Amino acid sequence: MNDAVLLRGSDLGAIRGERVLYRGVCVSAAAGDLILLRGANGSGKTTLLRQLAGLSEPQSGTVERPAPHHWIGHTNGLKAYETPRSHLTHWARVWGSEASISEILSEIGLSRPADVPCRLLSAGQKRRTALARLKLEPRRVWLLDEPFNALDTDGQVQLTAMIESHRAAGGAVLAALHGTAPIDATREITL
Amino acid sequence: MSASPLVSAFRSSLSEAWANGAGLLLPLGFFAGTAILVPFTLGPEADLLSRVGPGILWLALALSSMVTLERVFQADLQDGALDLWLLDSGSISMVAAIKTLTHWLVSGFPLVLLTPLLGYGLGVPAAKMGPAMLGYAMGGLVFFLWGGVAAALSASVARAGLLIALLALPLYVPALIFGVQMVEAGFDSPSFLFLCATMLFALGVAPAAMGAALRLAAE
Repeated sequence: MNDAVLLRGSDLGAIRGERVLYRGVCVSAAAGDLILLRGANGSGKTTLLRQLAGLSEPQSGTVERPAPHHWIGHTNGLKAYETPRSHLTHWARVWGSEASISEILSEIGLSRPADVPCRLLSAGQKRRTALARLKLEPRRVWLLDEPFNALDTDGQVQLTAMIESHRAAGGAVLAALHGTAPIDATREITL
Repeated sequence: MSASPLVSAFRSSLSEAWANGAGLLLPLGFFAGTAILVPFTLGPEADLLSRVGPGILWLALALSSMVTLERVFQADLQDGALDLWLLDSGSISMVAAIKTLTHWLVSGFPLVLLTPLLGYGLGVPAAKMGPAMLGYAMGGLVFFLWGGVAAALSASVARAGLLIALLALPLYVPALIFGVQMVEAGFDSPSFLFLCATMLFALGVAPAAMGAALRLAAE
């Protein structure tokens, strides 16, 4: 395990309309870090996370991404007609991952609804399907937007365990979160 | 980049089209509906119909290509799939191109297959049917590509149908002009070559434009 920086954003700023959302934000994540982005609704947590992921261009500052990252947005990326199994199979194919889909589905607790179209799934089951993408391919940085949303107690425990084992394996997690965190963070960034 | 993202994009677009079964038939119904209604508005003279028939089919093709384009990228933007494509596919332009081409294959190409039937109904001479079908296939591809650009540009706009029409229709004009002439003049005409050039230009430029537009839409 090394202490090399896996993701670094320096002096980031964002403007929404006429308003400065934040400026001069510095984020750097090393192996084992869990960094929580806190702030009220509309304070720019998602915007910062999207800038770090490379989905939107920062209005100021730069982002370096030496390590590959996973992105779980607040939208799950699921289509109404997809089943959890077909969704995971699809992205495994795109990424060239050889992971066993059935194993991942049973680990995440989706064995039973594995072949049910997502329009019939509950919000929590959809969230679990999206989070299951993290297991398709090992990537050192996880960027999670409100990962605990819609999860039941059991799901929260599972996700906490996933995050902990990812950190133990030398990964870093950045998560936007409101409300109480069910997990101890290395650092909190308040916007 | 490897081919697997593109193959997956093709397969997922196909299953998306399959899942929206009724939406798929919409352009087909639009195309057939226009071609069937026009004789009633123009009167029953067979001469007139066989003369304007190919042009009417071009018009129907151009308009029906736009009917379903609105949702091509908008759905991806709303459900977050676009973010994943942007981050992990290697090239969003190629993925967008594949999606548009699949769209053409599924809802544009059937129009070409329907052409002999509708053309026969309008009294289009059999000799013109070959050039007409090839012309519709190529022109349809151009329409779907430029329509895809318009759809990508307006992905973040609610009820973007009108905007798509405004953006895409001017881009349709060259293919429309050369296409209509080519059906008249056959394969040995400069119009055919110009139609080919229009198609190649669209194939070269539209994917990059779609990629840039989608990046912007995701911001």
